Amino acid sequence: MSEYAIEMREITKTFPGVVANDKVTLQVRPREIHALLGENGAGKSTLMSILFGSYSADSGQILIEGKEVVIKNPNVATALGIGMVHQHFKLVQNYTVTENIVLGMEPTKGRLLDLGRAREQVARLSELYGLAVDPDALIEDISVGQQQRVEILKTLFRSANIIIFDEPTAVLTPQEIDELMEILKKLRSEGKTIVLITHKLKEIKEVADRCTVLRRGRYIGTVDVANVSEQDLAEMMVGRAVRFEIDKPEQQAGEVVLSLSGVEVVDSGGVVKVKDLSLDVHSGEIVGIAGVDGNGQSELLGAITGLLPLSKGSIILDGKPIEQYTIRERIEAGMGYIPEDRQKYGLVADFSIAENSALKNYYHPIYQKKFGLLDYAAMEREATSLIEQFDIRSAEGAATKAGSLSGGNQQKVIVAREISLSPKVLIVAQPTRGLDVGAIEYIRKRIIEERGKGRAILLVSFELDEIMNLCDRIATISKGQIVAVNRHDEVDEYQIGLMMAGSRTEVAQ
Amino acid sequence: MSTTRKRLSESDGFVSVLVVLMGFLVGTILVALVGKNPLNMYKALFQALSGYNIDNGRMNIRYVAETLNYSVPFILCGLSMGFAKRVGLFNIGGEGQYIMGLTLAQTVALLGPQVVVLHWVLAIAAAVLVGSLWGGIVGILKAKYEVSEVVSTIMLNYVALYLSRIICLQLPGATTYKTANFPKTALIENTFFQQITRNSLLNNGIFMMGIAVIIYWFIMEKTSLGYGMRATGFNKEAARASGIPVVKSISISMAISGAFAGLAGGIVALGSFKYGRVLAGMDNYGFDGIAVALVGNCTALGTTLAGLLFGLLKNAQALMQGKQIPKEITFIIQGLIVIFIALRSALKLYQQFLDKRQLQKEVGIQ
Repeated sequence: MSEYAIEMREITKTFPGVVANDKVTLQVRPREIHALLGENGAGKSTLMSILFGSYSADSGQILIEGKEVVIKNPNVATALGIGMVHQHFKLVQNYTVTENIVLGMEPTKGRLLDLGRAREQVARLSELYGLAVDPDALIEDISVGQQQRVEILKTLFRSANIIIFDEPTAVLTPQEIDELMEILKKLRSEGKTIVLITHKLKEIKEVADRCTVLRRGRYIGTVDVANVSEQDLAEMMVGRAVRFEIDKPEQQAGEVVLSLSGVEVVDSGGVVKVKDLSLDVHSGEIVGIAGVDGNGQSELLGAITGLLPLSKGSIILDGKPIEQYTIRERIEAGMGYIPEDRQKYGLVADFSIAENSALKNYYHPIYQKKFGLLDYAAMEREATSLIEQFDIRSAEGAATKAGSLSGGNQQKVIVAREISLSPKVLIVAQPTRGLDVGAIEYIRKRIIEERGKGRAILLVSFELDEIMNLCDRIATISKGQIVAVNRHDEVDEYQIGLMMAGSRTEVAQ
Repeated sequence: MSTTRKRLSESDGFVSVLVVLMGFLVGTILVALVGKNPLNMYKALFQALSGYNIDNGRMNIRYVAETLNYSVPFILCGLSMGFAKRVGLFNIGGEGQYIMGLTLAQTVALLGPQVVVLHWVLAIAAAVLVGSLWGGIVGILKAKYEVSEVVSTIMLNYVALYLSRIICLQLPGATTYKTANFPKTALIENTFFQQITRNSLLNNGIFMMGIAVIIYWFIMEKTSLGYGMRATGFNKEAARASGIPVVKSISISMAISGAFAGLAGGIVALGSFKYGRVLAGMDNYGFDGIAVALVGNCTALGTTLAGLLFGLLKNAQALMQGKQIPKEITFIIQGLIVIFIALRSALKLYQQFLDKRQLQKEVGIQ
């Protein structure tokens, strides 16, 4: 048996204008969990796409079990025993678990589908690897964690010996993450080789044997996980010292600024998404809404910002009921909003930074000349000052089209605009999603600064780390209802995880 | 290869020029294929552009004036289409708005007070107003009730045509195809132009068109209203989330869009004819305006240039016939230009398709 299950030598892959992989080497031993660590855009996905046959490398070799192979397409990869569990599942919602698993290579009896035999095979596999899942359940009825198990079973059904996991924990609750970690260990003990793509250091420390770090398309190094700290890994990943903890001075919260009571939101299909929800946000505090994606967070924010109609309840901003206000009136009343989908709701990609930074107050006197004329020069001046204050990197200054900026800089444009309007309450959704470590640090620091200025901040995030680090109080949401509201120092991630999953355990109030 | 393609599909002005050249190129080939000399086509076009007849060396400025006069409704209907498009709407109703403008201008011309200047000003104002009303209805339907503007504008085109017939048949001296002659005070003729251009039909409408182009540019690029509209056109959701009154933007933009087409109708009614017409069919300026706006990328300058091109082609038709070139070739060239413009959209779609494939590859779906 060869020393490595997978050996990728000096892989180079360029896309127009970008070197995605620059002589990257990856050596994965058999029966190990090998983490592939890097920031967004470091080249992890490209490298794995090459291994899985979705891309072909410009140069370099791939050896599987010591034999050189050419992986032209994913079918070749499957034949070589390589399977992939994608971040976004590829499942047919109204098929059963069994049907999804056998899809594409269904066992047949004569020319007929033999689902009975398929079901047995699936049941056997799921028992063997400890992947508890009901083979007859419909995908739409099972949890995200279980759907992921179906994806894993799919690779096992296709006799994969090497399984690539692409950011598998991004969509899971802490409990589901724990379970996944156990599954990974079980797979390893059953002789599978695992590549784990991630940027979460804690997970690497927990399960991985070795870790290869990529940075900006280059190979940085491979380390034994047992010999390094999270801090070391982070520095390899980012290329400089990283600070995990954010300085968040203790401060006394002030008056109630935003008060929700009995809020109910019904979607266009008549489904109640937010039910009888009440919550206060005080000045100078950050209240986090913790929860798994899809538990009513976006509907709640929609109702607060005016993007979605409120069915019941009241929203009071600074003493005034604002349920009947238009979006513009809410903004005028002091509501700032950093939306989750920054390209859809936050920016006009074809507008310059200058035009984008005036999107909410272009009709204010500072931008107005006579006869309804807009003062584009004033816009440019304001934007230039924001670019400086917020360290926005752009090719042509204020005239740069927002669409041509990197994700982090787009977010900075939005944050700059919202903060510059001095809102009383700042609604923040997933502010660091998809950003690199530098931008994440920066955005979080700015949010804390706003808290220092006495703003009331309501933060929705699916990253528990972010909630735990930033918030003064944490409201856990499940199925559109607040399960509990806790001070940040009286709960831990595990307890919040339990509440996110919907169990209303008594946590000290 | 893919980067050049990308760059091409992104530089709009360059593509428009390319598309026009391609239209002429294929048109030239077609003329040659039917056994005629393509040079004659270009001679006709040159004469329509400069007034100079290459064959006999004579100069007649009238041709230039007619080209300009033909361009006026093309440019205005192009502005009508372009204005709505910039706000993200597809106004197929330029024709209906044009017809309503024409109808009201004729009505005021025949029934209005015969006072110098005031008469034609009233007639033109009526045309602009009814055009903006005809467009505004669509805007309100779209903004308040989410009625597709494409469907409602197409329907309103027919309503406009038959309503126009009903109204015009009631006007003084109406026969099945024309009304009585307009009083002198209703005409927008320009005697100075007539003198220097050997009695061409060029009239004061060209000034109104010029003002309309400036207003278009001014509203879009300089005012708060235009800023909100452009934001709405580029990204409606972001505009709404930023508090921009999207519903108002849409209604107002359709009304302004209709005003341009209505003005075109008024100018054609009072400038190119001495009597009111009972329309048997559509003049098609509204529809051609769609092509004009697309070729001109919906900018004020681009639309003006594209409208001049369409005016030139229309004026060259008669000259071509005189040189044994079938006049239909101009329609073919126009059609080709539109097809090539559509191909650019196809190119963009293809690019999106490639990008999507790339993305699918990245996540490993086959």
